[in-house]
Amino acid sequence: MVSSVKMDETKLVKSWDKKHLLGIRELSKDEIDIILDQARAFKEVLTRPVPKVPTLRGKTIASLFFESSTRTKLSFSLAAKRLSADSISLSSSSSSILKGESLIDTARNIRAMNVDIIIIRHSSSGVPYILSKVVDCSIVNAGDGTHEHPTQALLDIFTIKEHKDNIENLKVSIIGDIAHSRVARSNIWGLTKLGAKVTVCGPATLIPPKIEQMGVKVVYDIDEALEEADVVNVLRIQLERQQEGLFPSLREYTRFFGINKERLRKAKPGLLIMHPGPVNRGVELSQEVADMKKSNNMPYSVILDQVTNGIAVRMSVLYLVSICKSENGR
Amino acid sequence: MKDRKILLKKGHVVSFLSKIDKKRDILISNGEITDISENMKIKEDYEVIDVSGKFVIPALFDIHTHLRTPGREDKETFLSGAKAALKGGFTRICCMPNTDPPIDNAGLIRFIIEQSKKDDIVDILPIGAITKKREGKELAEMYDMKLSGAVGFSDDGFPVMNSGVMRRALEYAGMLGLPIITHSEDMGLSKGGHMNEGYISTILGIKGIPKEAEASMISRDIELSKMTGGHLHIAHVSCKESVDLVREAKKEGVNVTCETCPHYFSLTDEAVLGFNTNAKVNPPLRNKEDVEAIIEGLCDGTIDVIASDHAPHAIQEKEMEFDKAPFGMIGLELSLSLTITKLVKPGILNWGKLIQLMSVNPAKVVNQPVYDISKGSQANLVVVDIKEWISNKESFYSLSYNTPFLNKSLLGVVDYVFSKGRLLLNNGEITAE
Amino acid sequence: MEKKAKIILDKEEIDKFIKRIAHQIIEKNSNVETLAIVGIRLRGAPLAERIVGYIKEFTGKEILLGNLDITLYRDDLTTIVEQPIIHKTEIDFDISRKNIVLVDDVLYTGRTIRCAMDALIDFGRPQKIQLAVLVDRGHREFPIRPDYVGKNLPTSCQEVVQVRLKETDGKDEVVLKEMKVE
Repeated sequence: MVSSVKMDETKLVKSWDKKHLLGIRELSKDEIDIILDQARAFKEVLTRPVPKVPTLRGKTIASLFFESSTRTKLSFSLAAKRLSADSISLSSSSSSILKGESLIDTARNIRAMNVDIIIIRHSSSGVPYILSKVVDCSIVNAGDGTHEHPTQALLDIFTIKEHKDNIENLKVSIIGDIAHSRVARSNIWGLTKLGAKVTVCGPATLIPPKIEQMGVKVVYDIDEALEEADVVNVLRIQLERQQEGLFPSLREYTRFFGINKERLRKAKPGLLIMHPGPVNRGVELSQEVADMKKSNNMPYSVILDQVTNGIAVRMSVLYLVSICKSENGR
Repeated sequence: MKDRKILLKKGHVVSFLSKIDKKRDILISNGEITDISENMKIKEDYEVIDVSGKFVIPALFDIHTHLRTPGREDKETFLSGAKAALKGGFTRICCMPNTDPPIDNAGLIRFIIEQSKKDDIVDILPIGAITKKREGKELAEMYDMKLSGAVGFSDDGFPVMNSGVMRRALEYAGMLGLPIITHSEDMGLSKGGHMNEGYISTILGIKGIPKEAEASMISRDIELSKMTGGHLHIAHVSCKESVDLVREAKKEGVNVTCETCPHYFSLTDEAVLGFNTNAKVNPPLRNKEDVEAIIEGLCDGTIDVIASDHAPHAIQEKEMEFDKAPFGMIGLELSLSLTITKLVKPGILNWGKLIQLMSVNPAKVVNQPVYDISKGSQANLVVVDIKEWISNKESFYSLSYNTPFLNKSLLGVVDYVFSKGRLLLNNGEITAE
Repeated sequence: MEKKAKIILDKEEIDKFIKRIAHQIIEKNSNVETLAIVGIRLRGAPLAERIVGYIKEFTGKEILLGNLDITLYRDDLTTIVEQPIIHKTEIDFDISRKNIVLVDDVLYTGRTIRCAMDALIDFGRPQKIQLAVLVDRGHREFPIRPDYVGKNLPTSCQEVVQVRLKETDGKDEVVLKEMKVE
């Protein structure tokens, strides 16, 4: 086929056949690279005087957030707007879910409004998968229960790549409540696929069973986790976990697993400190550490870079699932 | 009744008690087996059914089903459940008391028995609740329920968490000579869990139920059975640890029996990948080593019974968030096929063993007569064709179709069923009404 | 599908045309201070770089250079069969009040140029936009006309013009291929 635009000149994303972004587990290394490469181009768009392109004009994107969110929801919404898509959003407090409508019915109804992409955040693991089987539009997982949060992992890896030359053999430590963290799971899949060496660290009660089979090392000593690391990704600790009896007190958690300046003394120079937000300042990260700026041979925080990069990464994801022609793409 | 003589020609007859395992013709005259021999002469008044290449075995008995009545007649009724049973080769089934209201008194036991007699397809033998409202607190009126027809007691769906209550239940039911059927689950360990705890639950981000939740309760109940002498029957054994405990207890002579279900020797927790709610069942699907241990337990006699744990659910309940979907899968129309496909065909079990596990032992657990194929006995038998079929939702008599075996190719179709002398399933069609 | 490829322009001819375009740009734009050359990715970019090089050689003046990727502005993204890779756009200067010369390898329907103009305008308000192409093969679908042309090449719609450049393809040449349309 001879396209009206000069097709012969355009390099093609041949290996992209994903109609949905459900999780990092099902992506190949090449697919992760494609998303990140394209995100770089979108990051440039965001620096333009008019930081907006007409790429998804005429596409409709519905955001269904059945769980509270600040960053992810705004980030996706901005990504959709920067691509000129029409976006609508629904949150659980205002939806018919409260009237007893099932999730699947809600999704089917939204699809009936000719929506092209559904972005979904839900407190139950697997909801994006279940939706992808009952509606025929693209589904993008914005965080499902304790399962996956693929765009967070992609933006984390994107941010790491901006600061470190190579992901391969990079030592990344993920610290905190691994058991209940979708961010941890998605990061583990993504980082290990790209060849990083991942260590997880937290109280034994917050490390899920058989996690070593995901290809990670488990340590319970925070100093050990920090010493060797090139990157630490610190997770938010939730107070509910203490009430569930998973650790004795926040005080004890902070004392043994919180990261402060003192603990970073033995860390590698140039250690990247990351956090998916929202940060419990003074709990998992001390105030000083959360705000450490880049300076010679010191660890530094890139928490705000993560937020900025989130938009570019999500633009990349929305772009790629939109242009996917594969019907069976999963 | 008019004189009716049916000749089953050239079937492979297997019966455990009378130790037949040969190609034989069977003559059934007015419901009674009047002759079993080779190459019987066909007489003019015989209805001849050619069953060559097929197996003729005693009618099966499923001691663990959920018929959802009263309360959820949209999922199953006595009639639909009975038809499903018949199609699956069962002429006797026990139904569990976790209905709404729960079967915890003699009135409800009589209700079930009367309904079952009215439909008159299969015998439905009720299991009464151990405790009032299945709350695990006060013993239900077991004596009264026994007199009305209850054949055992269970709070299935829930364990009896209080060890003191469990002790009294075993003592009391022991006095009545009826089994206590346990749902073994330590709720402290299983709380919030929706699948087997392990690698798969970790990567799916679903809270797991450890095997220890099952094994620790079995361990307690074995001790209590030892103490009281009451008959302990452990329902749906799913893991290696449980099989090991029962094996040891049996060696010690404890009054314990147990059952497993076809899904525990057919599937592992990998069936849950993709958040398949049809593979959500309690106890959950375990690992490969557990499947192997279950099969070993079936072979060496540790496990006495294969029961279906037939648990119908409405589609809208299963098409749901994984953690909100109910536990359970249907099994009446799949049990026999799965046992043939996974165990008999690969040569792990022979037909005699299958009959023990699905007909003889189930009857013994609930003190019912054992069916046999022998001259002079009433015809209670099933003709099975080992052909391939694809299970799909249209193929089920059950009102529900929640099963991970949907659209799977299986072996074994029940063509004919004789129950108490009557031909109720004729060439795959239900003739009773 | 491919029948035969005919070489239309060789290395020397390509260089000759680029030089000529550079001369013409200098001639037509007396104030080179406000001039900026923007290449359209993929092959407009090296062409633009070469033009800037020659302008420097001829006038001694450093001209602003940028690259534009127009993928995100395409009007056929969702209908085309294959999925294009987005390349980086590099325009590190303010284009407002600049005199921009867009550079591309082949001018055909004009759709790429429309996309490029849309994209460019999102970077600011240029004084003027001109267009330079190495090959104009005709068959315009939009009211677009080039200001500087290396070679006018009459073609049929069944033909494909392929510009190959050292920077992107290893060598300089322009070939004409015939496609069998089924």
